[in-house]
Formats: sequence, structure tokens, C-alpha cells
Amino acid sequence: MLRSLWPPLLVLAVVVGGWQLYVTTAGVDPTTLPSPARVAEQGWLNRRDLWDQTLPTLQETLLGFALSFAAAWLVAVVLDFSAAARRGLYPLLVASQTIPVVAVAPLLIIWFGFGLLPKMLVVTLTTFFPLAANLAAGFAATDREAMRLLRSLGAGRWRAFRLVRVPSAMPYFFAGLRVSITYAVVGAVFAEYAGAESGLGIYLQAQKSAFRTDLVFAAVAVTAALSIALFGATCLLQRLVLPWERKERRS
Amino acid sequence: MSGLAVERVSKSFGDLDVLRDLELIVEPGEFAAVIGPSGSGKSTLFNLVSGLDRPTSGRVLVEGEPAGVASGKVAYMPQKDLLFPWRTVLDNTALGLEAQGVRKKEARARADALFADFGLDGFQQAYPSQLSGGMRQRAALLRTVVLERPVLLLDEPFGALDSLTRTEMQLWLAGMWQRHRWTVVLVTHDIRESVLLADTVHVLSPRPATVVDRVEVPLPRPRGADDFTAPQFAATERRILDSLRGTAAVGAA
Repeated sequence: MLRSLWPPLLVLAVVVGGWQLYVTTAGVDPTTLPSPARVAEQGWLNRRDLWDQTLPTLQETLLGFALSFAAAWLVAVVLDFSAAARRGLYPLLVASQTIPVVAVAPLLIIWFGFGLLPKMLVVTLTTFFPLAANLAAGFAATDREAMRLLRSLGAGRWRAFRLVRVPSAMPYFFAGLRVSITYAVVGAVFAEYAGAESGLGIYLQAQKSAFRTDLVFAAVAVTAALSIALFGATCLLQRLVLPWERKERRS
Repeated sequence: MSGLAVERVSKSFGDLDVLRDLELIVEPGEFAAVIGPSGSGKSTLFNLVSGLDRPTSGRVLVEGEPAGVASGKVAYMPQKDLLFPWRTVLDNTALGLEAQGVRKKEARARADALFADFGLDGFQQAYPSQLSGGMRQRAALLRTVVLERPVLLLDEPFGALDSLTRTEMQLWLAGMWQRHRWTVVLVTHDIRESVLLADTVHVLSPRPATVVDRVEVPLPRPRGADDFTAPQFAATERRILDSLRGTAAVGAA
């Protein structure tokens, strides 16, 4: 884990170091491009504010993602059990990905107001497809021979689904989970941009209007940290749920 | 009453005749081998016996009852071991019982009781990826045997193993059968394997398959590695080979 962590950290350190060097030697105006040190300093001074704005964003992210998670399972299971649903629904699901969330988010605000729900829905919309598509693909990729074996043993559809299709879809599902969790925070921040009372998106907008470029960067750093933390959590969860994967890689 | 009776069974898929008037009787406690050229409909026969498919005409009876998935009389061991990577070896061997609706705890206990006999003791909590090819096949056979169904159907169980491991597994299976006297139908295209293991070898023709020869293996039991060099062993191998090649010539004509 640590061995794979230090190379990107090293690259990051070089980039941040170069940035700091450039800003100090060239004497760039801090409202145009603040130095990393200034971003860190101002971010730290405004930590209460930042934290207060992070909480609603985190809440929207987690609730929206939970909704997405539930919807993805429901849809993937329906797609797996019904060929008619596969034919009728799946193409539409793919097509729905061509609708820009940029256009939908303001509409959601109009329909559902400035509260929690429209943000949850934007998070759900941005994260749903990779989850559902990967899960459905995982179910479909189940070994046909394995299904035959289960059938010859007298297992019904649900039991075969539970014993074979669900576990064999798990690696696919986690691949989708890792992709969509990185979209989730960005989705929430974007939804707040479209209209909200609190959250990192609103904070970003306000600081930008006040030419506090340093605090914009600080908020971006918090957003990134949030995404990375959630990504790390899914990796950890995968290790706990699929302990056999690591044993398989080792042997 | 015979363990398995395949009576004048034909099976076609559309215009394709795969089996024609196939007859096969296996007595309880008998080890039967079915050997045939590839594409001769062995797996179709398998699906009929295991109850996954129905014959176009004729009957398949297991202990006097029509073969069906619901009757639960045939335990089927597929070509691939189909051990699931997410289950421990113990949980894999209990899977068949779980699929029939046995509670997990009981299924595990029943499978666990056979581990020593199958040379797998100590590997209950290992994952399949940590087992050798031979051990994986033994685990797959354990999963099949623990169901205690009257007929075991083995579909080229050692086909994917390297030749040394395969020979070891064949000798091991000969020993296991000697002690347990299961009713076995082994589908194979390994002549040597069929002679070492079976009481009767049923030779299939190319498609549409029918039984063209029945060879009683004259070797005494128990059998072991010494039998490979016995004169009757070679003679039986030769007879089966001739039957197979004879049918091949018919197919080509």
C-alpha cells in the first residue's frame, strides 16, 4: 500500500514545489495565482468556515450515493431477470448518459427547490450509470457452466442468483463503485453551484466573486481530499468483502 | 432395477440428429465409461442423464424414475472444476448441498466429514487458487459425492490436468471407487483412463451417436499402476481403439 503511495506523492511534491518557486520568484499577484503556502495558510485560518461548508456537501454526497447504490442494484437485478427489460431499458439507460447534467441540474432546482433533494439527485444521476452498468455486466458474465451445475443440483433462479451470480459480479461491481465514487463529490459540488444555501460549491462561488483565489484553491483541495478519502474507503471495503482477491493475486 | 437405463434415446436439435437409438444400462455399483470421438454428443447424453434436457424420443430412467433435475438422483461433476474463487474450499464443497437447500451449517459439517478421505484435510479454509490442479479436482469430486445421490456423472474430470497428475488422479479414483462402490458414469476420450477405471466401456459412434461396442474390462479389482502393463490391459485398449476407428471409417464414408 505505502509502496504504491509514495511515487504519486513525490510527483505531487515536485509540482507543488515548482508552483511555489514560480510564484515567489516571478512575483505573481496572489489574486491571480496564490502560492501553495498561502493557500495552506489561508485555508488553515478559515478552517472553521471550510469545515462548515464541507459537512453539507458530504451529506449530499453520501445520501445521493446511497440512493444511486440502491437504484443501481434494483435496475441491475431487474435487467438480469428480465430479457424484456434488457431490451427495453438498457438502450435507454445508455442514451440517458448523453444528457448533460449541466442542463438538468438547474431544472432540478426549479422542480425541487434549494434543499437537499436536488443535490442528492444530481449525485445519483452522475454516479448511477457506472454502478448499474458494471453490476449488470457482472451478473451477465457469470460462468454458464456454473449456472448449469447449479440448475442440475435443483437450485431455483433466486438461489442460483444468490449463490453464484451475486458473488461472481462483485469484482465488476467494485470496479464501478471506484469509478462512480470519484464522480460523487464533484456531482454534489456542481449541484451546489447551480443553486444552494450552503456547501463547498456555494463557498467556491462566493470566494471567486470576492477574488479570494487562495480560498478557491483551498476549497478545491478539500473537495479533492474528500474524493480521495471516499475512494480509499471503497478500496478498503473491497478488501474486506473480497478477501479472496488478494490471495488469488499472491498465488 | 438398474441404476441408470437409457432406453432407445434419440435427440435432435432442429435438423441435427445428435443421438440415435442410444441404449445404455448401468447397474448399481457399476463403473461405466462412455467413450467416443469428439463432437459425438457426449455432452448431450450428459444433459439428458442429469435431467437438464429431455430426449426427443426414448426414456432415461434413474432407479426406475424418469431423469429430471427435481428428482435429485444424479450428481454431476463438470469438466471444469467450477470451484468458486470467492468461497473457501470447505464452502465450495458444501455448495452442492446448499444449492439443494441444505442449511449452510449442516452442509459444511457434512462436507467437512469427507475431507480426510479425499486427502484434503487442512485445506478447508484455503481458497481454490491456493490448491494444485489435482486437489481442485478432488474438491470438485467431493462436492459431487457429498450429495449422496445414487448416480455419479463425471464429465472428463481429468481432461484439463497434465499427464502425470492425470495418471495420479486416475489411480486415486480407482482406489476411492474400490472403497465406496459408487455407481459411476464416466465420460472420457482417454482410452487408458476408461480401461483402468471402468467395468464396462461403451463406445459411441460419431454423430448421430449410438453405442457401437460394449467392452467388458477383464482386469480384476482392485486395480492399480501394475495393471497398466498387464497384457489384458493392452488388449482391451486395442479393442476399444479398433471400435473407435471402425466407427470413424463409417462416419467418413
